[in-house]
Amino acid sequence: MLKTASFAALALSMSALSAFAQTEITWWHGMGGRNGEVINEISQKFNEAQAECHLTPLSKGTYEEALASGIAAFRSGEQPNILQVFDAGAATIINAKGATIAAEDLITGAGKPFSRDDFIAGVRNFYADSTGKFIGMPFNSSAPILYFNTDALAKAGVAAPKTWEEFEQVAPKLKAAGYIPLAASQLTWMMVENFKSRNNQQFATNNNGYDAVEGTQLIVNDDAQVMMFDKLKEWADDGYYGFYGAGWADNQKPFEEGKVAMWIGSSGSFGGLQKTAVMPFSATYMPYWAALGEGTQSFIGGAALFAMAGKPAEQNACTAEFFSFLTSPEVQVYWHENTGYVPVTTAAYELAKKQGWYDQKPVAEVGIQQLMLPGGDWSKGYRLGFYPQIRSVMEREFNRIFSGEVTPRQAFDTIQSEGDALLARFAKTAN
Amino acid sequence: MTDTPLPNSPTRLRRWLDGLHSAPAKRVQFDRPLTPWAFVLPQLLVVVVFFYWPSVQAVTSSFYIEDPFGFGATFVGLENYQSVLASGEYRSIAGFTLFFAVLVTALALGAGLLLAVKADAVIRGSAQYKTALISVYAIAPPVAGLIGMMFFDMHIGPFVTVASWFGWQMQVGINYWDTVLALVLVSVWKQIPYNFIFFLSGLQSVPVSVREAAAIDCRSGWRRFYTVTLPLLAPTAFFLLIINVTYALFDTFGIIDVMVKDKPANNPITLVYKVYLDGFKGNDIGGSAAQSVILMGVVFALTILQFRFLEKRIHYG
Repeated sequence: MLKTASFAALALSMSALSAFAQTEITWWHGMGGRNGEVINEISQKFNEAQAECHLTPLSKGTYEEALASGIAAFRSGEQPNILQVFDAGAATIINAKGATIAAEDLITGAGKPFSRDDFIAGVRNFYADSTGKFIGMPFNSSAPILYFNTDALAKAGVAAPKTWEEFEQVAPKLKAAGYIPLAASQLTWMMVENFKSRNNQQFATNNNGYDAVEGTQLIVNDDAQVMMFDKLKEWADDGYYGFYGAGWADNQKPFEEGKVAMWIGSSGSFGGLQKTAVMPFSATYMPYWAALGEGTQSFIGGAALFAMAGKPAEQNACTAEFFSFLTSPEVQVYWHENTGYVPVTTAAYELAKKQGWYDQKPVAEVGIQQLMLPGGDWSKGYRLGFYPQIRSVMEREFNRIFSGEVTPRQAFDTIQSEGDALLARFAKTAN
Repeated sequence: MTDTPLPNSPTRLRRWLDGLHSAPAKRVQFDRPLTPWAFVLPQLLVVVVFFYWPSVQAVTSSFYIEDPFGFGATFVGLENYQSVLASGEYRSIAGFTLFFAVLVTALALGAGLLLAVKADAVIRGSAQYKTALISVYAIAPPVAGLIGMMFFDMHIGPFVTVASWFGWQMQVGINYWDTVLALVLVSVWKQIPYNFIFFLSGLQSVPVSVREAAAIDCRSGWRRFYTVTLPLLAPTAFFLLIINVTYALFDTFGIIDVMVKDKPANNPITLVYKVYLDGFKGNDIGGSAAQSVILMGVVFALTILQFRFLEKRIHYG
């Protein structure tokens, strides 16, 4: 009796001790639904895999809300160890030098191996500084790809277009077969940012904004960019393209319902589409203009993880531990297969391939292959301050284009001037 | 008070403002001068912590362009105000806000009053009518926005289907005026029950003797309403006017946020939504602070105007 009791007491004190010895770290993110659950599962795996650190993930709502919460918390000294920041917010956090510890420094500082070449080409630069040093740790990465309704294409007797020139050939046939040929979600990401990347077009001065904050200006009212929207407007007028506003889901829905034959969405949309689409579908790379080039890799979308500054060394060591854990092939594959986001390392991609994941789900491979296409000078990324606001300006002007209030040329002149004004304002915030 | 024109000198302003809070009817004397302060202290603390302190912060921030993380702030004087007021976008949002506030207030007050007068006249089953009309008040603005969004959804919305029977391709979220219509309808719908409750209780406090006397004097129901009931309802109506203007300017935030789906594009938004967009989504603290200071000024002016010019015409029984 006494023996059992003392044994229990010993066990209790042991567990209390180990709980005390554990270093607590927190991770704020902006994901919900199934993706949020997978984040919890990964955190639990991490907590079970080692005893020194205990990670608590916390959803802060949307990407924008997560960034705003992180900023407010940093200002009052209550920042989490890890903050997820989305593509458009990258400049905000990376330019605030002193807010973060570069992921690369953190990992090598903790004595762990780190090699930039382990990462697939398309994700190497987006969250890095101009010398290529990783500031953020690429996490959930996606690519814009062209989904297509296989029934619709068979009915019209056409193949999925590789280029926009080919699209112009197949669109009338799809229309004749009773479909709206094309829809696209988030035109800012698809038809501006990734128009630039796929066609290897410069997006902003100062090396797409990487080299300096001061004096950076957009390059958006050039002939090529305006041509893309002239075409979209023309296609909309001819019934080849359906514009359903700025909301993501409003543009996805008609594709799921089988009314639209092709839809440009995120590689990360795959998981959801499998449940919601009423028809068989497949996917291919996002089209490019043959007249402009060969079709370079796209920018990654999604978000990265940033290690916030101002934390004790033992917590930073845990953050480094977690970053290493997160980039291990097994964890990457788990994330990839459960969410549809692409694996960020070559090793993880090879592992998923070896496990036969892409034989089962060929669509899951399209995004990563597009990110592994040959890169150009301008397909590495962009670094633009107040970019979420610049995106809002674009969204406003795009609605005006398709309601016929302005021409694409006028819209991009407005985007150019308002965007440059925002960039100039941002330059004043930098110290 | 005879100085009706707007004051133009500090002394006149002082006198004018003094007139706003007239002396209380009854003065309570305390033996110790500090006792009353002890009573108001908790309230004062709440006001200072949650209103004055943030206001001072907003005013300070509005003179700086600031790094979101707080590393650097450049003093720019009035530049934030200049760039806000020079922006055509901001002015058009201000114009829409005014239009929206007037329309929502007028429609919500009108519909609430109409329903209250009619419900007041119902004899059989009046409790059921009233419950049905009041129940909408329990819905929170974001939920109202969600319901409205579903009604007006471009793919599944029943209102859109009905409109299409008449050849109207309604595109809420793309077409500016279609979105305005949806926003106004949902905002008004949400506010009617509140106005209804107050108008109904106001109507029920009109003495029966007065109504009967009026009925003997005048046969026209409309005229009786206009000359007898309405003036007696004026205190309620004035209170509701302030509440409704505040509602249209600020509380519709939740409805707008849900209906524009976080991506306003060229859809109509109000000034307070713009403050949120620039500050929280755009991380432009200085610009957003300048906008909120402008908004504070507008509310301050509006409050003074309402109490100064309207309240005088109202007779509190």
